[in-house]
This record gives sequence, C-alpha cells and structure tokens, in this order.
Amino acid sequence: MSTGHDEVSSPTPNLFTPPHRRLFTGRRGLAASTVSSVLLVAALVSVFFWAPGSASVRYYFFNGHDMWQSFIGHPQTGLLSIGKGFFTNIWMCLVCEVLILILGLCVAWIRVSRSPVLFPFRVLATGYTDVFRGIPLLLVVFMVGFGLPSMQLGFLTTQSPDVYGCIALTITYTAYVAEVFRAGIYSVPNGQILAARSLGLTHATTMRRVTLPQAVRTVIPPLLNDFISLQKDTALVSVLGAIEAARAAQIYESTTFNGSGLVVASLLFLAITIPLTRFTDRLLDRDRNRRLAALA
Amino acid sequence: MTGSASGDVVLDLDHVVKRFGHHEVLSGVSLQLHRHEVVCLIGASGSGKSTLLRCANLLETIDGGDISLFGQSLLDDHIDPDLVRRHIGMVFQSFNLFPHLSVLDNILLGPVRAMRRKPSEVRDEALALLDRIGLRDRANDFPDRLSGGQQQRVAIVRSLAMRPALLLLDEVTSALDPTLVGEVLDLLRDLAANGTTMLVATHEMNFARDVARHVAYLDHGVLIEQGTPDEMFNHPQHESTRAFLERVR
Repeated sequence: MSTGHDEVSSPTPNLFTPPHRRLFTGRRGLAASTVSSVLLVAALVSVFFWAPGSASVRYYFFNGHDMWQSFIGHPQTGLLSIGKGFFTNIWMCLVCEVLILILGLCVAWIRVSRSPVLFPFRVLATGYTDVFRGIPLLLVVFMVGFGLPSMQLGFLTTQSPDVYGCIALTITYTAYVAEVFRAGIYSVPNGQILAARSLGLTHATTMRRVTLPQAVRTVIPPLLNDFISLQKDTALVSVLGAIEAARAAQIYESTTFNGSGLVVASLLFLAITIPLTRFTDRLLDRDRNRRLAALA
Repeated sequence: MTGSASGDVVLDLDHVVKRFGHHEVLSGVSLQLHRHEVVCLIGASGSGKSTLLRCANLLETIDGGDISLFGQSLLDDHIDPDLVRRHIGMVFQSFNLFPHLSVLDNILLGPVRAMRRKPSEVRDEALALLDRIGLRDRANDFPDRLSGGQQQRVAIVRSLAMRPALLLLDEVTSALDPTLVGEVLDLLRDLAANGTTMLVATHEMNFARDVARHVAYLDHGVLIEQGTPDEMFNHPQHESTRAFLERVR
C-alpha cells in the first residue's frame, strides 16, 4: 500500500488528444465544419430535387411568374396584392403592440398592487390573465369577430374585420405581456424596494421611479419575442375576412390553382421577423455579457 | 448631551417582539437612542440586529412591545409609515443604490419625490454632500462605475440628503473589500463627531469601542447587556458577551 504522498508525485500525465479525435482539433476544425455544412446542404437540396413529386411542388409553390403576379395583384381579375395586404399586417401589429404595452403594464401594475381598494380589480386581472392565456388565439378571434357585432352595441358592431381582429389580438396578447411585466417587476431585488421605502417614498412612487424602470429593462428581450409572434399571428385575422397577406395569398391560390403566393407571404413575414429575432438575440447576448462582466 | 432628560430621547424601543412564523427573532428588546448619540449593536449574524433596525424603520411590523420616535408611538393606527421613514435614514449592507439613476439622481430621489422639494434647490445640497465625501466629480456617473466603498459612501450621503433625525446603519462595511472598509468608517466617525444620531449594527469592534457612546449586545433576539464601550469591552458582565467578544477578537 503506497502512501498518499507517493500518489501525488506520479509521472507526467498524458495531455494529448487521442489520435482518432484529432480530426476536429486545431486548424482542422474549420475544415471539418466546412465539409459537414456542404454535405448537409447538398443532402437537403438533393432530397428536394429527387423527390418523385419535386417538379409539381416546384411549379405549385416556387413558380417565379406566379410569385410576382400574386405579389403585385391583378385588380381587373379580382386578384388582391399580397404586398398591399401585408401593409394591413404591419399596421395591425403596430397598433396592437402599442395598446398591448399600455394595457399589459396596467394589468401587471394592478396584479402587484396591495391597496385594499383595488382588491376586486386584482381578482379580475388574475382571472383575465388566466383565461386568455389559456384560450387559443384563433378561438378568441372567432368569438370577438362574430360575437361583438351580434351584441348590437352601436359603433362596436359596425367596425371592419381588421378592427375586430385587432381587438382579439390585443385581448390575448395583453394577457401574455402583463405576465412578462409582472415577472420583470418581481425580478427587481428586494433591497431596491427597501432602499426606496426607507427614503420615505410611497409604494406607488417606488413602483414608478425605482421598480418599473428596472423591470422594463429586463423584460425588453422577452417582450420582443412576444412582438415577433404577434406579427405572425396577425395572419389569423384572415378568418374574419380581413384582407391581409395570408388572405390575399389564399385567394390567389383558389383562383389560379397556384400556391406560390403562400411562399411570397411567408417571405414577407420572414423579412420582418428575422431581423427582429436577430436584434433580440443581440440584446440577450449584451445582457449576458454585462452580467458576466459585473461578476468579474 | 447627558441623555438623561427624557426629552432627549429620539428613538425608544420598548420590549420589541418580532416573530417570523413560529420563530421569535426579537424577544422583548428595549433600547433608547438619545439625540447626538451613537449606539452600536453587536452580536453574531442572525442575532436579530438587522431585524431590530428594520422594525425601527417600520419596514417590518412588530408582534409586541412599542416603538416611539420623539415620544410618539409609531404603532398608532393613524401614523403614516412613509412620513416616519422620511425622518429615519437607513443604510444597507449591500448599498442598494439605484442602478438606473446617476449618483446625483440617487441622492435627489428622496428629497424631490418624497419631500416634494425643488430639484434645483436640492441639487446644490447634494453636490455639497458629494463634495464632503470627495466624489463631486462622480455626480453624473452610474453606481456600477464606483468602487464598493464609494458606493456605500454615496448611499450614506443619499440618506443624509433627507436630513433625517437619526440614521440606522445595517452592517454597512460587511460587504466591502477589507481595503475599502476604512474610508466608510472614517465617514461615520466624521458624522459622529458632528453629532449625527446613529444606531449602528456592526461587526467592527474597534469602531464600536472608539465611536459608540453605548454598546448593546444581542444574542438570539435577546438583549443580553448594554453599557458604555468600557463596560462592555473591558468588564462584560455576562458569560455569553465574554464568549462572543473572545470569538471576534
């Protein structure tokens, strides 16, 4: 039996990568990633082109002529422009986003309030977020789009499908965004609130001057994520007959028996969501680096 | 500064009891703080020092006893805790500066938003306070650009800007790098010399010995004994006080 001392002073250990794994080390790493990328892309492309139905799929979805025609539209034959329709998606998304941010913040504020007077509102706000985070957006769109007009409530019943769509989107997304804000409020360290209160600031002033400014900063990336899905979900409003990009693509398809418009609409959505996604990732990285720097 | 006249009492903690669930963290602690007096609370971590300070500030509700400020009970139903806290400054172990506000705005927040004073008027006072701690040129920096010692001194000055009747200091040097403790203690010595009324929870025995007029030893929520620094450090009466001082020496 050797002593502990003997075991510590063992001969120099082998620190080299075993030969069979050296393909991926050092300068070979770059070559390895290039080869694997080329192989993967080649495999995917060849599956697409060698599939038995490839030619008809390419004609049906990726036809250059139809993609352009569906994009610009043809009013004389009742074909609506997908490009124009997409503006509907954009304004719905922008208008809804403003409403959602304001209402979401209000709902979150009510949920974290402590005033006895606000008790019924707290219950209401809790019930609201529970219910509308649980119902599929499509059903809310149907219920608002066909339900509100039937209420016969003056101006509420005479709006266009776009407006009902916006109302439905706002109702559902406010519930999500309120929860994001609430999580942000709870993420502010308790010491911040103690410090503010010990200066004699009221609960409301503390919220406005100390808690919310810090909470909003932390929730910007998750809010952008919700904004991205909101932008896509504007397409659901088409079920009410609102003429937006997805609806225009559908009409083109059913009229000309060519689905290239669907691809065009998809590309338009991507043109907005991909830059937003990249931007969100950049913000998240920046936050992460800042936290790591703060630890160092 | 005799402290015997009852009119001189700023803060009177009278048999304060505090429980968290079934756990009693303060078992009838009585302590008086007179005007221009520094009282140091010593005791192991978890002995209830921080809780006692928070109770004094109404950041915690108490379960028994009474707390009065200038002879008025703070347990009265019609007492507004926000008004009480404007007269009591509090400094925390972890500084708790507001990271989204500049150093100057940290100091202005209380006077402007709680006292509704004019920013232009408070600004000069705030800059004078920063001058006093040698950080006037950092007024527009954000707290994360400052060292721990600088942050803590700003936090002290932030509570002074409210012109409080007394300061509660909760282990304000415990989170600091040892090389930065000195500058914070020097500021506190300076404040004590100028007659600031302070209740200081601390592990700095030398500071307590030099600056305190009164030292109180807490153990598991019980105030074991209190007296002058000489009585406490040189002639402790209780075995547990002796044992504690032996351990921290």
